[in-house]
Amino acid sequence: MAAPSYGLIATFDTTPDLYHAAEKVRDAGYRNWDCITPFPVHGLDQAMGLKRSIVPRISLAGGIIGFCTGMSMIWWTGAVDYQLIVGGKPLFSPMFAFPVSYELTILFTAFATIGGMFFVNGLPMHYHPVLKYEHIRRGMDDQFFIVIETRDPRFNLANTKALLEKAGGKNISELEA
Amino acid sequence: MAHANHATTAAPAILLEVKPALLPRAILVSNNRSFSWITEKICGIIEGKTPTWWWVCFVLACFVASFTVAGIAYLIATGVGVWGHANPVNWAWDIVNFVFWIGIGHAGTLISAILCLLRQKWRTSINRAAEAMTIFAVVCAAIFPVFHVGRVWYAWYLFPIPNSNAIWQNFRSPLEWDVFAVSTYGTVSVLFWYVGLLPDLAVLRDRFYSSGNKLRSALYGFFALGWRGSNRHWSNYEMAYLILAGISTPLVLSVHTIVSFDFAVSLLPGWHTTIFPPYFVAGAIFSGFGMVLTLMLPLRAIYKLEDLITQYHIDCMCKITLATGTIVGYAYAMEFFIAWYSANPYEGFAFINRAFGHYAWAYWIMISCNVITPQFFWFKAVRHNTSFVWILSIFVNVGMWFERFVIIVTSLARDFLPSSWGYYSPSIVEIFTFFGTFGVFSVLFLLFIRFLPIMPMAELKAVTPQADVHGGGDHH
Repeated sequence: MAAPSYGLIATFDTTPDLYHAAEKVRDAGYRNWDCITPFPVHGLDQAMGLKRSIVPRISLAGGIIGFCTGMSMIWWTGAVDYQLIVGGKPLFSPMFAFPVSYELTILFTAFATIGGMFFVNGLPMHYHPVLKYEHIRRGMDDQFFIVIETRDPRFNLANTKALLEKAGGKNISELEA
Repeated sequence: MAHANHATTAAPAILLEVKPALLPRAILVSNNRSFSWITEKICGIIEGKTPTWWWVCFVLACFVASFTVAGIAYLIATGVGVWGHANPVNWAWDIVNFVFWIGIGHAGTLISAILCLLRQKWRTSINRAAEAMTIFAVVCAAIFPVFHVGRVWYAWYLFPIPNSNAIWQNFRSPLEWDVFAVSTYGTVSVLFWYVGLLPDLAVLRDRFYSSGNKLRSALYGFFALGWRGSNRHWSNYEMAYLILAGISTPLVLSVHTIVSFDFAVSLLPGWHTTIFPPYFVAGAIFSGFGMVLTLMLPLRAIYKLEDLITQYHIDCMCKITLATGTIVGYAYAMEFFIAWYSANPYEGFAFINRAFGHYAWAYWIMISCNVITPQFFWFKAVRHNTSFVWILSIFVNVGMWFERFVIIVTSLARDFLPSSWGYYSPSIVEIFTFFGTFGVFSVLFLLFIRFLPIMPMAELKAVTPQADVHGGGDHH
């Protein structure tokens, strides 16, 4: 018995070809499928029917945590844990605590954004069936692929293959899992 | 309806519709290059044999960097007294060099973040190298405050880490704000750079794999984190990149603002001015673009990147240098005006002394390099003469170093009481340490151009006409 299949992969040579094929796959109602592109293709998210990324929410949470960390750290160290009057200034004031809290807001937002992006994308993932495809190198260079996974409820080897062919896909082949 | 018909037939006084003039889009990749040409061009630099000039420069850069190592080793073994600081100038080349290098870094963040938000697509071909420049400049900048603390093994006292004295940092001090500003700036710059590199590392991973170099493929692959160009990933990636650009913009403005607070929050004439934050930020971007031009023009010539860094790119960089240089010139004039208008005798004296006192030579170097040099960029003939632009960029770098020297040293050397006046000259150890940082910077930059893609391939491909899903040309 052959190795279980991950899905079908089809090649496209130009950005407009990929864009219109993605619209057809989206309209056929597939869910577990993807486009492989060497650069972010403008408008492809709509053509694939992707929702807006949730990364900004994670960033916002990071920013709020960062600001609170800064303010509470400066308040606790200066006004609670070890009170020390310097230059006759108050033990705590949000004014002098602001620059550090501001920087920590940005620092924590950056960590949350990048960590969130990796988490949502499921990276790092050094092994993936797509990376085993013999022509994947071109997908990082100048070609475009559409992958439809077998786990998609609408997946049917003959019909899906026909759909990709009709959409203009070339070299349609099966990916090993 | 009849009214509307009447309006169209009898030549309306008010136009019914104004058609905006269609400006031709600047071509960012010349000669209609294909996607694979871009990949081959950028990867070819890394995959090709190490050129002889690279080895010559690398050895030279290591030699220059050894001056910093020697200067610092001597300082650690002896003490901070080996630097030329003494009362009343207790802050001199260390902070001058720190602000100089940090300022250089700012252009990298400006290009990668602010120009990204402003949708200035010409940034794509220079942003990778400019961000690398930022990181290496921050490394050079950090050397000075870290070693100025004297016992450098206590430098961790700068951070709120519990210590045996149970005492905490003084968060009322702008110097402590600076610790957070600069360390955040360094960290976020590295993260931003790495996120941008991710897709290009995946390209190198696959290319080295197919050419049979398994070791390098594994190394690039490790850092590529299994990137596979999935559009579901790109969607989140682009959002993350946009947010990083969005937060790096206030970050870069805040860093040099806080650096200027180091001075502006003090009571010293010449430092205690409200103009400092915008003036420092403009100066930082000015000096940074000077350095970007200094680095990119030779790279463009050596690697024949004229199709990717076009004359349009050089024009844009020259114009930003001109704009920020003019802001800096305006700030110099405004400082003088405010010193006179404030009617404060100490403030007035500080500025007269800058221009005509013992350090007048430094002041006039600063004025000629920073105010006169950029004005050449008004002329198209100058901007099209690459070698002349390169020479002017060197003057910008020199001028901005002198700006910090003038601000810091002249103000300290002549403050309120004549009994505490002095004259500062650097010691040979300081000169060694500063001279060597150019070597440190060059070593890091040379390693970067040898082992990492100097331009973001994915972003470059995305700005070519054939990347457009509506079949090229102008869309929407």
